[in-house]
Amino acid sequence: MAALTKSEMAERLFEELGLNKREAKELVELFFEEIRSSLESNEQVKLSGFGNFDLRDKSQRPGRNPKTGEEIPISARRVVTFRPGQKLKARVEAYAGTDSQ
Amino acid sequence: MTKSELIEAIAARQSQLSHKDVELAVKTILEHMSEALAGGERIEIRGFGSFSLHYREPRRGRNPKTGDTVELSGKYVPHFKPGKELRERVNLGLQGGL
Repeated sequence: MAALTKSEMAERLFEELGLNKREAKELVELFFEEIRSSLESNEQVKLSGFGNFDLRDKSQRPGRNPKTGEEIPISARRVVTFRPGQKLKARVEAYAGTDSQ
Repeated sequence: MTKSELIEAIAARQSQLSHKDVELAVKTILEHMSEALAGGERIEIRGFGSFSLHYREPRRGRNPKTGDTVELSGKYVPHFKPGKELRERVNLGLQGGL
């Protein structure tokens, strides 16, 4: 199935807002880079109407090498989770979907 | 960081576009992403992550107020899987003591 990518997002900024192609590409880059950089400094990102990118600290837990079966601890880590907002959830829920995903 | 702070941060990092243009661009990007997901399309951003839809089976629920049983139909929910660069940078933030 086709997927939305950065180049299509830039294309839309060019078509709808009249940014030139270089500006449009740079803006899409900056959009994702600023979100990453906020999360990197342990600050959640809240985009109303779309959703929140939250951070969760996980403590070390026991794990296993799936190939060898050997027990190895999974180290403590920080992970990003996404919580879709009400508006996005409502729009997606309405999707009747036949052959998606 | 909120949407308006994101707009500020982007505006501060580039010189050609007005604040208003950056604001419109951010809103257009978010609308484009919502639209894609609402139409059952995935989103794939290398180094950031991918968004897709996950299906939730129909189930029997209960109205918490009345206790009545309600049939809930199957539905799709948005799902985000962080990409490698995002996972690594966020985790380094932890190792760095932030």
